[in-house]
Amino acid sequence: MKTVLRLTICLLIFSMNTANCQSKMVTIKGGTYIPLYGRDSMQVTITDFQMDVYPITNAQYLEFVKKYPKWKRSQVKKLFADDNYLINWKSDTSLGDNQSLNAPITNVSWFAANDYCECQGKRLPTVDEWEYVAMANETMPDARTLETFNEYILGWYEKPKTFNNDIGSTFKNYWNVYDLHGLVWEWTSDFNSVLISGESRKDVDKDSNLFCGSAAVGATDLMNYAAFMRYAIRGSLKAKYSMKNLGFRCVQDINK
Amino acid sequence: MKGILLLLTPMFFIACSNDTKKADVNAADIQVSQEMIAELTAPPLVPTPVGNRKAKKLIVNMEILEEEGEMTNGVKYVYWTFGGSVPGSFIRTRVGDEVEFTLSNHPDNKLPHNIDLHAVTGPGGGATSSFVAPGHEKTFSFKTINPGLYVYHCATAPVGMHIANGMYGLILVEPEGGLPKVDKEYYIMQGDFYTKGENGEPGLQPFDMQKAVDEDADYVVFNGSVNALTGDNAITANVGETVRLFVGNGGPNLTSSFHVIGEIFDNVYVEGGDLLNENVQTTLIPAGGSAIVEFRVDVPGTFILVDHAIFRAFNKGALGMLKVEGEENKTIYSGVKQEGIYHPEGGGIQAMPNGDEPEAVASTTEKSLEEKIESGKQIYMQTCFACHQAEGQGIPNAFPPLANSDYLNADVKRAIGAVVHGLTGEITVNGEKYNSVMTRQSLSDEEVADVLTYVYNSWGNNKTNVTKTQVMEVKSSH
Repeated sequence: MKTVLRLTICLLIFSMNTANCQSKMVTIKGGTYIPLYGRDSMQVTITDFQMDVYPITNAQYLEFVKKYPKWKRSQVKKLFADDNYLINWKSDTSLGDNQSLNAPITNVSWFAANDYCECQGKRLPTVDEWEYVAMANETMPDARTLETFNEYILGWYEKPKTFNNDIGSTFKNYWNVYDLHGLVWEWTSDFNSVLISGESRKDVDKDSNLFCGSAAVGATDLMNYAAFMRYAIRGSLKAKYSMKNLGFRCVQDINK
Repeated sequence: MKGILLLLTPMFFIACSNDTKKADVNAADIQVSQEMIAELTAPPLVPTPVGNRKAKKLIVNMEILEEEGEMTNGVKYVYWTFGGSVPGSFIRTRVGDEVEFTLSNHPDNKLPHNIDLHAVTGPGGGATSSFVAPGHEKTFSFKTINPGLYVYHCATAPVGMHIANGMYGLILVEPEGGLPKVDKEYYIMQGDFYTKGENGEPGLQPFDMQKAVDEDADYVVFNGSVNALTGDNAITANVGETVRLFVGNGGPNLTSSFHVIGEIFDNVYVEGGDLLNENVQTTLIPAGGSAIVEFRVDVPGTFILVDHAIFRAFNKGALGMLKVEGEENKTIYSGVKQEGIYHPEGGGIQAMPNGDEPEAVASTTEKSLEEKIESGKQIYMQTCFACHQAEGQGIPNAFPPLANSDYLNADVKRAIGAVVHGLTGEITVNGEKYNSVMTRQSLSDEEVADVLTYVYNSWGNNKTNVTKTQVMEVKSSH
């Protein structure tokens, strides 16, 4: 009840507010796809939705924190954000010296990211939604089998300190969405539904829908390795964790 | 009196059960007393031996860093490391220690990591309990039950990639009372690397997954880079000292045929366990395995450490150096006593330098430059290629380059001399110091002229046409 109330208040405040801090969204046309290292029987259907073109920036999050003081670093509940929360900010409401206003916000917990999206009348994308949009390159909705595409992704995984680059500094994909690869990792609403344990070699035994063992055993192509690393990072997270390389963006359902 | 008795009793007990598995079972019951922060060292150094210390609670703090480093001159690589080095920090424990292990993943890192220590008895060797996101840390503890030298490595998906990027190291569990004392101890670990560009291609080289799957290594190196154990980074000892090498192999793919040129291992703890083998020339170290080798150095000189799968040593970087200083011992190794010419049909040994062989003099007509270069190239590939390499680039810190070589271009006679007489001692080539041995090459005057003409007319050298006459002059002037 309290949540609903809070949400309503959020929405009210939001609708009264000017729309300029609202980030630009594009429509993603739904479809059916097989998630990385899935089998034919594991097709996932995505319905149409809207997605932020860019990850949320430092500037946008700064506004958010000013409006919702409970997400200030000094006031945040430890249950909802660990000690790394906004750790590089100079104070509750000012960025660190080397942080760019247009760089993606990082060092935020899942709780914070989730609340941010809710307060915009949006939500975090699911893993399936995120992966669906992220398999597109500049020209194709599904570029996962392209060697160059996977090399680009793997190349980023090895590149240090990309979190302070400005949003929009990577490529615009088929859906007109930027920065899914090459800037920061992104929170998803159900990040912890992926059954990857700390012992990844053991995971090949797990017969789970999301993490198909038998396919993973033969995972020798680059596509699977890129995916492995994303699933690994999600598997290592807890909702209160804040990380220097982890930001988020929001999505919205399309009301029909 | 009573105290001594008490002290003796457990010693007896251990002595009696020494050779059985029972000793291991007992190790789990060893009581720990105090706490101690573990000394961690970057290769090639190792921490202080445990000696007689009692089992303790040992605090190990290990930090994971993803950082750019140098594979070889001009070639950069992003290494993932335990403690900032490849291989990772050396951990030294004794049987019965209770290790409290904290793994910290630096906030700047992009990936989650964990650690699987082969010294751990438990699921995943600690991997399950140590899986840690960037900017976080995990602590777990284990008891060291079995003595031996163990590999540790990262086991996060994709496991092969984490290992291929350098995430491995060694943890030593010493037996009660420690390993026997030696004079010098070093830490060496082999690893294979897979880069987008071929061996030697400059710039920042990304990891190449396909090559790793194909087990087609571009670099096979000791201690993470081509030059980690050569030149100024060579390990050292003095004549008469006993050297112990803790040798590991991180893989991810290749098995090492570890050998030290000019030494015989007096002792090898086979695969890092209890089995002791003596008088070993080359010991096999599996990927994810280790060996402890010990030898007394009796004569001075530079001893080359190699993976005796020899193309890895001379072409991919699996080469290190042990420099031994001290008095010569002519009984053990004489050095060159006499040089001569060998005639299989008889004629005995003839002394240099009256090497004006009749056959060589017989053909007096000088070949054309093209013919000489063509013949010289063949001789080069048979005789010189192994050390000076296909493009005359040499091997950094071991064998000087012939390409663009100021040393060659400055003095033709000196170059001829090196081929016909051999060359030892320090020389400077293109600003780098080399101190190796080039043996005298058994080539005819004509062949020497041809091969040198080929070298001088390749790779940016000054196009000198070396004649047979010049070769003969150098020979007789000596």
